[in-house]
Amino acid sequence: MPTFYERRQLVTPGDLLAEDDYVAGENTYKDGGKIYATRVGLVDYEDRKVHVVALKAFYIPYVGDMVIGKVVEVGLSGWMVNVKAPYPALLRASDVLDRPFRPQEDDLPSIFDVGDLIIAKIVAYDRTRDPLLTVREPGLGKITRGQIVEITPTKIPRVIGRKGSMINMLKQETGCHVTIGQNGLIFVSGKTPEDERLAVMAIRKIEQEAHTSRLTDRVTEMIRREKGGV
Amino acid sequence: MLQETPSKLIDERGIRLDGRGLNELRPVKIEVGVLSNADGSAYIEQGKSKILAAVYGPKEVHPKHLALPDRALLRCRYHMAPFSVEERKSPAPSRREMELSKVIREALEPSVFVEYYPRTSIDLFIEVLQADGGTRCSGITVASLALADAGIPMRDLVAACAVGKVEGRLVLDLTDLEDKGGEADVPLAWMPNLNAVTLLQMDGMLTIKEFEQVMNLALEGCKQVYQLQKEALKVKYVTVKEAVEE
Amino acid sequence: MSSIMFSRVKQKQIAQLISSGKRLDGRGLTDYREVQLEDGVIERAEGSARVRLGKTEVMVGIKIEVGEPFPDVPNEGVLTVNAELVPLASPTFEPGPPDENSIELARIVDRGIRESKAVALEKLCVEPGKRVFIVFIDIYVLNHDGNLIDASAIASLAALLNTKMFNYEVTGGEVKIKPGYTPLPVRNYPMAVTFAKISDKLVVDPWLEEEQVMDARLTMTVEKDGKVCAVQKGGYGYFTMQQVLEAAKIAQEKAEELRKLVVKG
Repeated sequence: MPTFYERRQLVTPGDLLAEDDYVAGENTYKDGGKIYATRVGLVDYEDRKVHVVALKAFYIPYVGDMVIGKVVEVGLSGWMVNVKAPYPALLRASDVLDRPFRPQEDDLPSIFDVGDLIIAKIVAYDRTRDPLLTVREPGLGKITRGQIVEITPTKIPRVIGRKGSMINMLKQETGCHVTIGQNGLIFVSGKTPEDERLAVMAIRKIEQEAHTSRLTDRVTEMIRREKGGV
Repeated sequence: MLQETPSKLIDERGIRLDGRGLNELRPVKIEVGVLSNADGSAYIEQGKSKILAAVYGPKEVHPKHLALPDRALLRCRYHMAPFSVEERKSPAPSRREMELSKVIREALEPSVFVEYYPRTSIDLFIEVLQADGGTRCSGITVASLALADAGIPMRDLVAACAVGKVEGRLVLDLTDLEDKGGEADVPLAWMPNLNAVTLLQMDGMLTIKEFEQVMNLALEGCKQVYQLQKEALKVKYVTVKEAVEE
Repeated sequence: MSSIMFSRVKQKQIAQLISSGKRLDGRGLTDYREVQLEDGVIERAEGSARVRLGKTEVMVGIKIEVGEPFPDVPNEGVLTVNAELVPLASPTFEPGPPDENSIELARIVDRGIRESKAVALEKLCVEPGKRVFIVFIDIYVLNHDGNLIDASAIASLAALLNTKMFNYEVTGGEVKIKPGYTPLPVRNYPMAVTFAKISDKLVVDPWLEEEQVMDARLTMTVEKDGKVCAVQKGGYGYFTMQQVLEAAKIAQEKAEELRKLVVKG
């Protein structure tokens, strides 16, 4: 039952994490009874499972995820959206219009045009086709004002925090509305640009120091310090 | 700037022109994450060789018809800058660069979980900024780090090193002079966990016994390179952690 | 008619057979296919040979010209190897400039000949520092049924052994051809032996379908005294150290067998 690292120790691809009875969790693989890391990150062991919280990874779509994307192409019956994944995402016109698309009547660029940022949800995705989006829920749709911060997707859970502790603190301390895209994009909109700037700064700090402890406290301190200095 | 060809590459005490012993690696300096646009990047200086590697991907394949239905397409371009060598090299890809692009790709492919990302491409670029021997090995070493830096899941890092026979002695990590003046040159790339030799080439002449000794020495060199790779990957996170948890 | 639509069933069959030590065509794991060799097939060329290795067919033509030496070796002749995967040889070969496969093939064969010093380049000097013989080795793949490397290496060596240089004299700065020929000075006989790794076993002289299934390929070129003069691993997989060393020993043996077919007397 041997394991070779302490919890939350930094590991690199190919590091031997555990042997025999363990189950290979996220960012690990098992070969010949041995479990190795596949990415740079912090290893953790839970019961009989070992996984690595990657410090840097790109986003892979998952059905149900909320994502923020940029429209890159207006097609014949929908839009192609860049959600910072290896695959482009599709948003069908019929999804937005809530009825079949009528090419003679409907002008797609007037709904979403190239360059527009949208908040959407992934409704379908598998290995054989590109992810499909919907904007048909409340809170989804075009972003018209505010700021977007981009961080590596593996640190999104850190921005949310345990039971939302980090994101709630951010909202409270900056007074901003914060929408988190699972794909690493975070939308921030506040009453003033200054509030938004604080939120963005805080998020960047979380990204830089995601692998350290006492982060929530330090970020809170930083925001208060910045606010005090204004 | 022309180099003078010295008469002897190794002296009676077994010390080489740059002061190294027969089994010594050149001084290595590695930095990971050096380019802001690429998804992953790394830079190495090994003796006088200076090589930069960058990765873009996984991303959509262009042109589309090259996409593979069940895995990512790994593409690799090894290229030498015109100013990287003694006599200016034309920027057009040479036959040597095309062969090296192929063998380097084949050296790294076994390490990447390409089956996780069907219909995408992972594009690897290796640029030799200054060449002083062993560029394909340093290129593999640094490309492997660029892949890790891009967050692409890998089975293991790939470490590479060249061994040669110079003036009758077996020698680790050849410089350009040693390669040109020697009797054999064997570049080798190795993936430790699977005990996998992923690149192996040879030119020169060796008996089977010498070949075995050369392989063993190359493996020792790769082990050292592997440790340097791991340290380089960890370094930036370790310094942040230390600074912040003071 | 050949087809590249190899079924998974057949691939599985090939892999399974090999794991129990047998091959689909009945050969042992270290057996070569039948080698048919014909030399002097192209009279216009200074040397030539055609090799059939099983159904793989490769023709090599050698042309000799007079040209400038390389500045760092002003008194030596020049050797250059080129390979063409001619489109008619396989549905997978497209017309166009040399791709990475034809370049790799040419360079592997080149290494074997060059590193073993098979051709006595120092004897190819016409006018020191000014004019030397340039030996063009052109590999022409006519049918691809696997193991183009070994077939090309055999054909290249046979063609070199068949090559005659025209006699000449240098008068008033001009190279004048005289009647008569001299055989090209060939003093070593490198042989390439290629292995495929299938089901974790080493298989010599893979044919096309075995190449589709293999994890990786390893070519070892051995010269007449049993020394290794060129090695190239290819393909997406890997070999263990033990497998590499095992291959080296088998290559020595097989190279000697192949040499007897090419070098007469």
